[in-house]
Amino acid sequence: MAARPAQAKKTILVTGAAGSLAKRVIARLHGRYQVIAVDFRQKVETDANIPSYKVDLHKRGFEDIFRNHKIDAVIHIGRFFAHEQDRQRRYNANVLGTKKLLELCRKYFVKQVMIHSTYYVYGASPYNPALLDEDAPLKASEVTQDLVDSVELESLAQIYLWKYPELNITILRPCNVLGPGVRNSMSLLLSRGIAPVLLGFSPMMQFLHVDDMADAIIVAFEQNKPGIYNVAPEDWVAFQEAVTQSGCSKLPIPSIPPVLPKMWSNLLNWNAFFPPYLINYFKYPVIIDGRLFRDTFGWKPRRSLNDIFSYYRKSKLLAA
Amino acid sequence: MAIKDVLKGLAGFSPSESLYRRIVTPAVEAAIEKIPKPVGSFGYDPWGYNENAVKVSLGVTKWLYDHYFRVTANGLENIPANGRLLIIGNHSGQLPMDGVLLGTALATNPHGPRAARAMIERFFPTVPYLGNLLNSIGAVIGDPLNCAKMLESEEVIIVFPEGVRGSGKLYKDRYKLQRFGNGFMHLALTHKTPIIPVGIVGCEETMPAVANIAPLAKMLGVPYVPIAPPFPLPARVHLNFGKPMHFQCNMESEDEVTALVEQVKTEIRRLIALGLEQRKEIY
Repeated sequence: MAARPAQAKKTILVTGAAGSLAKRVIARLHGRYQVIAVDFRQKVETDANIPSYKVDLHKRGFEDIFRNHKIDAVIHIGRFFAHEQDRQRRYNANVLGTKKLLELCRKYFVKQVMIHSTYYVYGASPYNPALLDEDAPLKASEVTQDLVDSVELESLAQIYLWKYPELNITILRPCNVLGPGVRNSMSLLLSRGIAPVLLGFSPMMQFLHVDDMADAIIVAFEQNKPGIYNVAPEDWVAFQEAVTQSGCSKLPIPSIPPVLPKMWSNLLNWNAFFPPYLINYFKYPVIIDGRLFRDTFGWKPRRSLNDIFSYYRKSKLLAA
Repeated sequence: MAIKDVLKGLAGFSPSESLYRRIVTPAVEAAIEKIPKPVGSFGYDPWGYNENAVKVSLGVTKWLYDHYFRVTANGLENIPANGRLLIIGNHSGQLPMDGVLLGTALATNPHGPRAARAMIERFFPTVPYLGNLLNSIGAVIGDPLNCAKMLESEEVIIVFPEGVRGSGKLYKDRYKLQRFGNGFMHLALTHKTPIIPVGIVGCEETMPAVANIAPLAKMLGVPYVPIAPPFPLPARVHLNFGKPMHFQCNMESEDEVTALVEQVKTEIRRLIALGLEQRKEIY
């Protein structure tokens, strides 16, 4: 496997292959590139000529993939969501796993790395100005320890970005990604018939369709302009409006004192869709400025907010 | 402004159609339609401004503007119909009624309505309902990044450089300009923004304060607690807008900036004197 003819297709390793976003990215790459699918949850069923592995990034076996394939680029999407694991295991997988991945990328001369981060890293605070630029401080760990892994993963990637320019690292910080198959907290929340909202708080939010996010990853990968980019459309909506538009009934939760909603969330085990550590994000806005990415890569989302919400509306009608 | 806005908001939550029609008159609706302000597909902008909320609030403030404070506005033709702008005025009257009336004057300007943005204290977003309500009618926390991004997207910002020094002053000090902060001039210079000075006469008499209970204010964590009428009195208000002022400077020292601020202050002083001259009766 190690030797390969010149002019062969580039080989791209995609992590988190079982997720809805990575699946879309793989589908877009397939044919033009040799894709290798990796996931820590399961061995993904893929098309005939896509090798697929179930492996933990921070375990030794991961290096074998680099030994057996000549990997040209890595698209790192795989991540434990905070509702999937306890803090310790999540930290190991997300932070140490990414560290291991970046080390291997250096060792095996990978020429390009894409890191899928999140807008959560900015932290939700009442003092946030709107339209945060990429150089705004990352204050998420101030908000909650459960997001420390997201911030540390970012910091790690940034260290490698500046220290090893030959890796051509691009870090993408998307706003809320939604759509069919997406299993993040916001998507799970909007999929519910009844969605909790905080009384008196309806922060501004940004949403991106998962297909548009997959397109964004592809254009950023193909144009290869290393750096840090927010990825968001030029459209905004208040959270409670989004809840209504997605066809959810609102369940208003008393918001004062701040421990109260956290208590409710813990008590009713809403960890998947209204987790205690995200309460601040349902309360205060984190609006990012996606201009740099849009201008640099000439990318624009093709699906509107209404397209996104109508998916959630329709799936509720179908279930009824 | 706070209490009024809450009432306004409550009225806005589920108004019956006829009440809504009485508040949001066709004139108000037409004015909002003419405002050159880009919004997203659900009528929001990144700071939370919302067209529907603005309609209701403008309906209410327009009534106050016409029938309660009986505002006389001069120089509205000086306000450009497009492009970034800073409106700089004198602050008075304990509650920011002057900001509300300025905003109303701008939004209903027959020479080209504008949606003005006001800067509010940083604790407002932590107050349930009120924070979102203020955002929805155009107010944002006074963060330099917010100002910069707004001017870059050609918005109008109202600034009272006296801050609480102006609004909290006592009746005996009426129409005496307090120290101006230099922040607005830095914004104007950095973002090449014209300044419209405005002299506001009448708001001092809406809430004449005889004293400030400083220890209570300190205890409550608010800037001041005045001994004053419990609600704004219906004083007649005169607004005099000056001609646009353009500034350029290399900003080599803060003294240079202060000198420019002094020019604006002098112009506002002149506009206040003009308003006091025009005023025939206080109430």
